[in-house]
Amino acid sequence: MYTTKYHKASDAANAASLLSGAQDGKILAGGQTLVPTMKQRLAAPSDLVDISGIDALRGITVTARKKLGVLKAKDGATITIGAATTHAEVAGNADLAKACPVICGLAGEIGDPAVRHRGTIGGSVANNDPAADYPAALMALGATITTNQRSISADDFFTGLFATALNDGEIITEISFQAPAEGGYGKFPSPASRYAMVGVFAAKSIDGDVRVAVTGAGDDGVFRHAGLEAALASNWSADAVSGVDVSADGLMSDIHGNAAYRANLIGVMAKKAVSA
Amino acid sequence: MSEGIGARVLRKEDKRFLLGKGRYTDDIVEPNQAYAAFVRSPHAHATIKSIDSAAASAMEGVEGVLTGPELVADGIGNIICGWGVTSKDGTPMNMGAWSALATEKVRYVGDAVAIVVADSPAAAKLAAEAVVVDYDVLPVVVNSVDALEAGAPEIHENAPGNLIFDWEIGNQEPTEAALASAEHIVELDIVNNRLAPNPMEPRAAIATFNEAEDHYTLYTTSQNPHVARLVLSAFYNVAPEHKLRVIAPDVGGGFGSKIYIYPEEIACLWASMKTNRSVKWTSDRTEAFLTDAHGRDHVTTAKMGFDKNHKIVGLRVNTKANLGAYMSLFSSATPTYLYATLLSGQYNIENVYADVQGVYTNTVPVDAYRGAGRPEASYVMERMMETAARQLGVDPAELRAKNFVKEFPHQTPVIMAYDSGDFKANQDQAMKAADYKGFEKRRKEAAKRGKLRGIGFSNYIEACGIAPSAAVGSLGAGVGLWESAEVRVNPVGTIEILTGSHSHGQGHETTFAQLVSERLDLPTDNIQIVHGDTDKVQFGMGTYGSRSGAVGMSAISKALDKVEAKVKKIGAHVLEASEDDIVIEGGAVKVKGTDKQMLWHEVGLAAYTAHNIPEGMEPGLKESAFYDPSNFTFPAGCYICEVEVDPETGTTDIVQFVASDDFGTIINPMIVEGQVHGGLAQGIGQAMLEGVVYDDDGQQLSASYMDYTMPRADDLPMYKVMHQSTECPGNPLGMKGCGEAGAIGSPPAVINAITDAIGNNNLAMPATPSAVWAALQEVSAKTAAE
Ligand SMILES: Cc1cc2nc3c(=O)[nH]c(=O)nc-3n(C[C@H](O)[C@H](O)[C@H](O)COP(=O)(O)OP(=O)(O)OC[C@H]3O[C@@H](n4cnc5c(N)ncnc54)[C@H](O)[C@@H]3O)c2cc1C
Repeated sequence: MYTTKYHKASDAANAASLLSGAQDGKILAGGQTLVPTMKQRLAAPSDLVDISGIDALRGITVTARKKLGVLKAKDGATITIGAATTHAEVAGNADLAKACPVICGLAGEIGDPAVRHRGTIGGSVANNDPAADYPAALMALGATITTNQRSISADDFFTGLFATALNDGEIITEISFQAPAEGGYGKFPSPASRYAMVGVFAAKSIDGDVRVAVTGAGDDGVFRHAGLEAALASNWSADAVSGVDVSADGLMSDIHGNAAYRANLIGVMAKKAVSA
Repeated sequence: MSEGIGARVLRKEDKRFLLGKGRYTDDIVEPNQAYAAFVRSPHAHATIKSIDSAAASAMEGVEGVLTGPELVADGIGNIICGWGVTSKDGTPMNMGAWSALATEKVRYVGDAVAIVVADSPAAAKLAAEAVVVDYDVLPVVVNSVDALEAGAPEIHENAPGNLIFDWEIGNQEPTEAALASAEHIVELDIVNNRLAPNPMEPRAAIATFNEAEDHYTLYTTSQNPHVARLVLSAFYNVAPEHKLRVIAPDVGGGFGSKIYIYPEEIACLWASMKTNRSVKWTSDRTEAFLTDAHGRDHVTTAKMGFDKNHKIVGLRVNTKANLGAYMSLFSSATPTYLYATLLSGQYNIENVYADVQGVYTNTVPVDAYRGAGRPEASYVMERMMETAARQLGVDPAELRAKNFVKEFPHQTPVIMAYDSGDFKANQDQAMKAADYKGFEKRRKEAAKRGKLRGIGFSNYIEACGIAPSAAVGSLGAGVGLWESAEVRVNPVGTIEILTGSHSHGQGHETTFAQLVSERLDLPTDNIQIVHGDTDKVQFGMGTYGSRSGAVGMSAISKALDKVEAKVKKIGAHVLEASEDDIVIEGGAVKVKGTDKQMLWHEVGLAAYTAHNIPEGMEPGLKESAFYDPSNFTFPAGCYICEVEVDPETGTTDIVQFVASDDFGTIINPMIVEGQVHGGLAQGIGQAMLEGVVYDDDGQQLSASYMDYTMPRADDLPMYKVMHQSTECPGNPLGMKGCGEAGAIGSPPAVINAITDAIGNNNLAMPATPSAVWAALQEVSAKTAAE
């Protein structure tokens, strides 16, 4: 690791000013991606601004849509997750488990316990690893990514491999979305890294909109799959998935699997997602 | 409770490991210690035009930047392969020069070009990045088949066509004749995938030159510190042996990769002399992938003939072995004498012929890795047998049993003389435990759940306890492969055993103590095992090839014979009895049939006070022995693997794994089971998960745990491990060895099971989900075509 200067930010505004004062500063959240990259000498930020201790950026609120306020799945509760909330907190949140269990399950399958207790949703989303899990969820749920500057829809946020709509120095503060009426995630972990070799998140909103997002497979990162969306919009079932011809065009090939295999997995994981 | 042979004594070494008090090379801190970082080639093949270290040398905290030409000028010798292999035409192998720091050329990504010594690891790394090396990039070749093609880039001047040796074994003409007249022929192309050994502790070294004494001390992660000292001294001219102490303290796993003497240790020793500082280097995980000797990497074609009764009449094998960019210490022996000598398997085959081409490529050197040649041999044999059974339409277990060697000793056509075994007994035991009879029912039940169920055998045999010195000498080994031991009985009766074996996970501190406990009827707490330090133990050949039990413990046993003889003399003298009436039991020396006795500490005291010992006897109680084995030992067994494949994703689940092994005498069943478990994990890892992948430019695409799949607990089944043993007649303890069997026997069982499940024999290791799925697509494409 190259020499770097560490700062602990007191709040988002402080973090932003620390960043703007640095020559080549970077936000440090859970450090589960950034620190390994620095250890491999592939990143050399002059300054690290740690946001993991900012209370305002942590926590989960779940607001029931119906008047009585009883949290139930399929009821379309509004969910807001602070950017510095860890995967373990998402996996273990009781309100979330009632309102939107699929997101708890997804977070609980990220990495290993050490990764889940440090890694954050904001860090995962900002990093936009093409094999990360959250990007698929956020895209399928039509989530909104809120920063210290603006709100961005998930469709506009994820722009390619490790690329996002974030400006330099822009900090994600929270992620919000409406719990779906139906939703599931099928993940096929890569044997080595256990990131998604293919992950398919399928969601049907309270209004009946179906969105299906695929991670791990796309040559250009997370993407929505129009064929699966159309099939599931008319029939939310594994059978409907079987009728979809998933093309290998635009899919990734690497030492763990070629595009044809990934295309096959998209179908299999989509079935898993809707059967859950 | 007895702590002797056969007892499940808990591992004595675990206290310090579990408390985090192990003492590994990187834990050692010398006064005035500096840190090394290596400048490594980013290219797989290039000439070095120039090295500019001016900027790096001027950086803060930098003690020195040292390069290959200076190393050569100081008379440091080239790294050598210690086993000479002779080609078919009688010519010696073509060994290219390997300087610890490259001089004119680099030959693989990671090849060391310079060593930087600095006050801190960070300063050393920073300065290493500031060394400017100007390269002329050359064409690259990474696999053994391409490297042998006409026009392939030449890696070493003195190895034309990249051929190191073209070696043969067995009886060629009778084999060809037998195959020509065989009733059935079975042919198979087989690739044994390249593996990275990945011991938990990465390699490390700390070298200290003492100017006042002209003496060097090297702490290093070695499986054989004495061999390291010998080679460093005799071949690399670092220092004469009496001026060089090598210590291998706690070592966190080796699997073969820590047998060899690498450039880094040599460079640290030399740099310590040049800078007058202690120089420490600890590999990081990426460096480990880039520089630790890899294993396996064979490309093989095999042809087996059967008569009308399904008896094997002949086997012909050709193997192209990738040895990497340089010849590592035992690299020539692994794909020849440790491999092709096992190509008779458990079977009575009159005619076997194999030839092996050892080949240079622009990859990390390849050498022995857990099993070393024998996994490659068992993979060839057992894939062939399973394939033959399928082709002949007979039961794979019956086909094997029909061809088993049943009488011992048995001379194979490929040097080995098997001394003992009961292959049928192991097969019967495994089949019973696996409920082989009930398999078809289970297959049908699985099919109802949409799963493809398959079963596969592996009846492996291997050679351990290496090895008779004269025999290996005649085959080209540069060293003898005996072992030494010294038994020191202290005046108070406690015992120190000094051994030339080296423990790096095997549990010698426990099992060796159990042997002494058995012999002298003393608690293991009274016994200390000393190893791993050339100043303490006079000499030893170290631990690899599952030799510490059969060879190392036999040496201890021999030294104990001498101690017992002297003790009996002292007992007879003091107790005024005949020597024949003296027995050693219950921690005492007794006169048979009487209540006369000397407690063990009284014996020790008598020997050391020497007030009352037989006339003419030397005082003291310390005996040593060198033991040279009379033969290899031949562990063997039957492994049965049962899998379920999910046809949708190609994911394989091992639903049952049975291992029945013949290890001869077992000292500690718990430790033996642990060795088998670990070996199976590595074998299953090879079969389903692990594989080093190079791109065409010679860059490793799998050089981190993000891409190299290490076996994890949830990848592995609950094993059913059992024994069915015959005693080994070749050593006093009847031991055969258990350290590698799991890794040797399991890969073919796994692949046989998966290919059975999917109905396609064309499947290479590692059988990852994507590979299995692709093989299933072949089946559906074929069915669709028909
Ligand atoms: C062994 C291992 C296994 C893993 N497995 C998985 C897996 O299966 N699935 C998966 O999805 N992920 C996996 N991960 C990644 C993990 O989820 C990371 O935690 C996550 O990608 C990054 O989150 P972090 O909080 O650690 O971010 P950091 O590493 O601290 O930061 C990552 C990047 O995001 C930026 N950043 C962080 N927070 C913000 C913010 N609020 N606003 C703007 N920029 C920000 C940083 O500047 C940096 O560039 C794994 C990681 C490891 C080490």
